[in-house]
Amino acid sequence: MIKKIAEHPFLFVGCWELREMLGRSARDEQQLLETIEEIPLDSIYYHTHSFFLRHKYIAGPYPNDFATWAAIQVRDRVLGEKLGILDPYDFDSLESLRAEIVTIIEEHLSQLQIIPRAIYGEPFHFMQSRIIEVPMGLQARTLTEFREILATVDASVVYYHTFEAILRLGRRKGDFSLWMEEQLGLSELAQKISRLDPYMTSLEVIRHRIIKLCDEVLEKGAWK
Amino acid sequence: MSLLDDYREVVPKGTIDFLTCLAKQVQGKKVLHINSTRLGGGVAEILRSLVPLLQDVGLEVGWEVISGGEEFFSVTKAFHNALQGQEQRISQSMLQTYMEVNRENSRRFSFDADYVIIHDPQPAALIENRLSNGKWIWRCHIDISRPQWKVWSFLRQFVVRYDAAIFSLPRFAQRLPIPQFLIHPSIDPLSDKNRDLSGKEQVQVLRRLNISMDKPILLQVSRFDRFKDPLGVIQAYRLVKKHHDVQLVLAGGGAADDPEGEAVLSEVREAARDDPDVHIILLPADANLEINALQRAATIVLQKSLREGFGLTVAEAMWKGKPVIGGFAGGITVQLVYGVTGFTVNSVEGAAFRIHYLLDNPEVMAKMGEDAREYVRRNFLITRHLGDYLALMNFCER
Repeated sequence: MIKKIAEHPFLFVGCWELREMLGRSARDEQQLLETIEEIPLDSIYYHTHSFFLRHKYIAGPYPNDFATWAAIQVRDRVLGEKLGILDPYDFDSLESLRAEIVTIIEEHLSQLQIIPRAIYGEPFHFMQSRIIEVPMGLQARTLTEFREILATVDASVVYYHTFEAILRLGRRKGDFSLWMEEQLGLSELAQKISRLDPYMTSLEVIRHRIIKLCDEVLEKGAWK
Repeated sequence: MSLLDDYREVVPKGTIDFLTCLAKQVQGKKVLHINSTRLGGGVAEILRSLVPLLQDVGLEVGWEVISGGEEFFSVTKAFHNALQGQEQRISQSMLQTYMEVNRENSRRFSFDADYVIIHDPQPAALIENRLSNGKWIWRCHIDISRPQWKVWSFLRQFVVRYDAAIFSLPRFAQRLPIPQFLIHPSIDPLSDKNRDLSGKEQVQVLRRLNISMDKPILLQVSRFDRFKDPLGVIQAYRLVKKHHDVQLVLAGGGAADDPEGEAVLSEVREAARDDPDVHIILLPADANLEINALQRAATIVLQKSLREGFGLTVAEAMWKGKPVIGGFAGGITVQLVYGVTGFTVNSVEGAAFRIHYLLDNPEVMAKMGEDAREYVRRNFLITRHLGDYLALMNFCER
């Protein structure tokens, strides 16, 4: 049932990523493969997800660090494309995502006579994320309030409630979608939001699309 | 209104409120920054902006400067060069001078702070006098990836006693047994070097520098140093000049204390001889308004470095909405997202090719400049730097 006012408000949380260096690097794709097998999952997360936190406005040409490095630094566009199309939403855990990345690189290398390396480019430096959660002290009880606040907060709020919620906190639909469905009974809107693919765009575009979806519901009248 | 509020107009929406929330978790903490100079150089420039902002969000922040005689600073200059890979002769007495001056300074300072942040190698040995409370963080602004090993092993004995280290780029770092964090440097959008200029101000400065705007301007702002490749820039300009009537401005710091710099400058003058469209401008260290006006007047900005530190002049130009063509070196590769916020190039021909391309495609140039400004807005402003420090303190409080 659709409710105008939520029983539990939506609490907006932002985040800041502190970037920790692991002191490990790869000069060629074989080293990349071997190191990916060994690094902590926080590093897999850093290079596949928090990429978006660092590119809040501009979506780079490839949607994760591994693909970007292969394509730009090694100049191996084939591997860049294979890694670039990887959708982390398809994986239950970072461990299974790691396994898929390893498989893609292994398969790619098995078809080559020589190991591609960064000759002119930079080595790949492995990092890991230290995510600092920051409660914003803002809450919404209605769709209108939600839309108004979402339009003005730091883009890291969008990141936290989509990427961080889904992959690290295990809330598979994302916080926005969950709240819409559970608190406001807006299943259709919730479904549309959860269907947005954040991996192919930037945080600002995701924010814009969510706001647009909210506006469509609000314009129908019953929510004004 | 707080100092941080002044930035509200230039940073992405929500940033100031976010930083205020982030600061709440470390309110009242005492922080002490120590470096080697209060004036001149990138570190002092950043601290001049960062310290007041940290105070403004509720931290108790002090900034001290290590003092030492000429001998000490010639030792630390030799350290600096050796750590960046130049062969230097380091004697035992130089090491002793370094230790003595650090000990003398440690008696001047009170280290009673929750966070003591030591910048660069000069004051690194102050950690010998750390108190039991408080975290000590070594903030290294230079590239120590290929050091002269004798100097690094001497310095390393102090560095490993810190609680954490910060580097500007992963590739600048060394393997260490302490946590190492990545924090890029930043520019202050409200400083004289980067603030908006009125048309009148800009015209006045350009007139003073004898630069007209009747032809598109290619600009490189940098010291006259081989690693900045000013001769390569002139060659690239000549390749472009065949098809586009442009002018080249090479503006940079004086070379008075640098014999190598003087040699480079005379080679540059020689290469530019007889070409009225090549302007070589020697600027004093505090020529912030001049650099600002030149960057704003430029059509395309070059930073064709062969070796580079972080290269913040790239972010400065990007902030002014200019497309930048940079050498594939140091922090330039982090600032220029290839084909989006600028181009990195590996040769004179590459630079010429990209200048051509941009001049032939003004709409690409406009979009690239716009994206460059946005990229800096979100990644290389002092407010992001403030956030990194606050986040690091938050992390240490866990």
